Amino acid sequence: MLGKEHGLNLKETELCLGLPGGGGSGGGGGGGGSEVETPRATGKRGFSETVDLKLNLQAKEDLNENLKNASKEKTLKDPTKPPAKAQVVGWPPVRSYRKNMMTQKVNTEEGAEKTTSSTASGAFVKVSMDGAPYLRKVDLTMYKSYKELSDALAKMFSSFTMDNYGAQGMIDFMNESKLMDLLNSSEYVPTYEDKDGDWMLVGDVPWEMFVESCKRLRIMKGSEAIGLAPRAMEKCKSRS
Amino acid sequence: MENPNAKAQRHRQLRSNNIDPIKQMRENHPSTNSEDDQRSSLLDLARAEITESSNSKTRTYGGFPDPGSGSGPSEPQAPFPDQVLENVLENVLHFLSSRRDRNAASLVCRSWYRAEALTRSELFIGNCYALSPTRATTRFTRIKSVTVKGKPRFADFDLMPPDWGAHFTPWASALAQAYPWLEKLHLKRMIVTDADLTLLADSFPDFRELVLVCCDGFGTPGLGAVAAKCRYRSHLYSSNKLLLLRVLELVESVVEAVGDEEVDWISCFPDSQTNMESLVFDCIECPINFEALDSLVARSPRLKKLRLNQFVSMAQLHRLLLRAPQLTHLGTGSFSANDPGGVGELVQDYTTAFEACRSLVCLSGFREIWADYLPTIYPVCANLTSLNLSYADVNAHQLKPVIRHCHKLQIFWVLDSICDEGLQAVAATCKDLRELRVFPVDAREGTEGPVSEVGFEAISQGCRKLESILYFCQRMTNAAVVAMSKNCPDLVVFRLCIIGRYRPDPVTQEPMDEGFGAIVMNCKKLTRLAVSGLLTDRAFEYIGRYGKLVRTLSVAFAGDTDMGLKYVLEGCPNLQKLEIRDSPFGDGALRSGLHHYYNMRFLWMSTCKLTRQACQEVAQALPNLVLEVINNSEENAGDDIEVLYMYRSLDGPRDDAPIFVNILH
Repeated sequence: MLGKEHGLNLKETELCLGLPGGGGSGGGGGGGGSEVETPRATGKRGFSETVDLKLNLQAKEDLNENLKNASKEKTLKDPTKPPAKAQVVGWPPVRSYRKNMMTQKVNTEEGAEKTTSSTASGAFVKVSMDGAPYLRKVDLTMYKSYKELSDALAKMFSSFTMDNYGAQGMIDFMNESKLMDLLNSSEYVPTYEDKDGDWMLVGDVPWEMFVESCKRLRIMKGSEAIGLAPRAMEKCKSRS
Repeated sequence: MENPNAKAQRHRQLRSNNIDPIKQMRENHPSTNSEDDQRSSLLDLARAEITESSNSKTRTYGGFPDPGSGSGPSEPQAPFPDQVLENVLENVLHFLSSRRDRNAASLVCRSWYRAEALTRSELFIGNCYALSPTRATTRFTRIKSVTVKGKPRFADFDLMPPDWGAHFTPWASALAQAYPWLEKLHLKRMIVTDADLTLLADSFPDFRELVLVCCDGFGTPGLGAVAAKCRYRSHLYSSNKLLLLRVLELVESVVEAVGDEEVDWISCFPDSQTNMESLVFDCIECPINFEALDSLVARSPRLKKLRLNQFVSMAQLHRLLLRAPQLTHLGTGSFSANDPGGVGELVQDYTTAFEACRSLVCLSGFREIWADYLPTIYPVCANLTSLNLSYADVNAHQLKPVIRHCHKLQIFWVLDSICDEGLQAVAATCKDLRELRVFPVDAREGTEGPVSEVGFEAISQGCRKLESILYFCQRMTNAAVVAMSKNCPDLVVFRLCIIGRYRPDPVTQEPMDEGFGAIVMNCKKLTRLAVSGLLTDRAFEYIGRYGKLVRTLSVAFAGDTDMGLKYVLEGCPNLQKLEIRDSPFGDGALRSGLHHYYNMRFLWMSTCKLTRQACQEVAQALPNLVLEVINNSEENAGDDIEVLYMYRSLDGPRDDAPIFVNILH
């Protein structure tokens, strides 16, 4: 909101600090601090948080002016616009349960077209890992690449390591033998259920397409995912 | 865990005691019942507890376990009248139902303590980590109903990793062993597994009531077990078998199938007539077997509360209404059609069905509302005392014809989609309103929102009996808040959330101090307060000075210096739950509450200015406090801490803390 009007996309430059063991849905908050130093109308210095990786992009004067001109600013009710201001974790205090309900409603109402709406309202998907007792939920719009997603998953599920993923942070689908090795092992691989209801190996499509089509994630042993490989290869080939 | 034989023996000893307990008590543990000492006596009692229970375990021969002295064999025979007194006491204490009264009674003297412990039938555990399950089951031996609460409220807002704790499993096993006659279980913010639910179903033949609020970790398999096994008990003089379960309520709990295992739990209920009175499952995110549900409702003549999930359509709801016109509480499910064809004629049918529900007083659901169906509820509006539209984005125009009829409404939950205009309509009709909650459709920080001080003020003008309000908005003025403090003096709960952080009064540009100050000053019954907007230390000065009854306080992005928190900790003697985030309160403030922390259920401070050093000092000064320090990122290895969650515990720190939780001692 404020950032956008000054030509700054805070989201792009934001560095995420995920909570250990979870918090994919709140990954952008970096501990829920106030990432922007906000001056008060009374002129007193506000509470400023010095967390290493936060980038203070907002000029003090600009914000002051904005607070005074509050009434002149346009309403941002259109849910298709992405939030220009980075979301603070857990604020406002609306329970995730209720937030998810409203997110689902917004998505349903806007129909099949999900490009901008999922960015605005988040693309929450459930993540389960075979053998782990709890499900997690992640907001795929919080990540910009498979690498980021894999990092987050690795944090959430300690048995899930990144050794086989190479520099790109994702499975190399072009190398069939390497793929089959992975799938024959007892290493965990991430799979997802797509819009068609098919279970696919994560990484077979470009990231943006993945965010659009992923409905839920499941991390399973490579040996179990082996049944998916032929289909993954087929779908991969048919797309390229 | 104590040997059941030893326990039985101890009980027999209590009945035929050889010692004059009052004489014993006077010698060892003088009563500290003066009001000033009431709080520290709680701790004395705890220490005495420890002594008593350790004694009773080492006893191998007969004789009354020595209450406080911890040494020596039994005393000479007591005169008969004391025994009579104790019996009389027990009979009288049976009638005491409020747990606060009971807690007070148990502090009078050891004899009353014992009698109270024997006669308490409802156990309330506000923090599952404040004591071990064994301690609870040892002290109270005749419990029929248990309530346990786990995670702190801020866990709901993702401020804590999901696997932090609050596991029900250890409690499940302890309760299963200690209270085979258990009838009711209420859990809030606990992690409950399918295995736990199965254990419950297997262990308690008299089980009647299960309520899970904001819980997770279980799925339909666990529900299936409860439905199937809380069943049979042969009636004494007939061969009829009854389903004893009466209440099964899942409220805002996450019910998911782990590993794609979904059980048709509704079909697990036995085929015979049931005693079901309340079935609440509106939070279940899986489709249900409707035919099985229909049949269940048909054979549950006592059913009064039914809350359906969004997988029940309007047409299906209609069928259920025809089955159960005796319902008092209804959650309508989706309240929409699968296909829009032929809506017109059906509306009349649906209206007729609602008309037949003459006892309906509480309506909720509307998960995917079709506004065209709203008129079907007109016939019941006049009787409604509670209406929850908070999952239905209804606008003012759609709301008005409904709310116009709701003269008796006392509880109203709604989305801000109704706008100030909708709130004005509420204020015009609902003169008996006690509780209002207005939730945001769009929870992002913005400058304009659909509701503001205008709707707020209208409510304060029209609903003078208001006791509880939760209001999300993008703008609010001090004047409107002051007005509410004067118009609604009965307010007990005041929670105002101005979504934009650090927002001043948009008209005067002043902080919101005066508004909240007026609330604590004028609303003399206030026990719960949540503040927001631009606030200086002055607001907290007001709270400390006037908020004498405040028990729960929520603070976010507020205050200037340590003084803010000091005012509160020094001024609010009834403070039990304090949750603070992103506010500049530091070590000095933390230290200023040392005199009070043992009286609190918990203190939560996240992203404030606390250092590990100061927390360590507090941990050392108050040995029965548990200080959990949770750091959210590997980068932050320094002295600053991110989350402090602090609570009293009779049994020291828990042993199930995950690695990212650091417990200081």
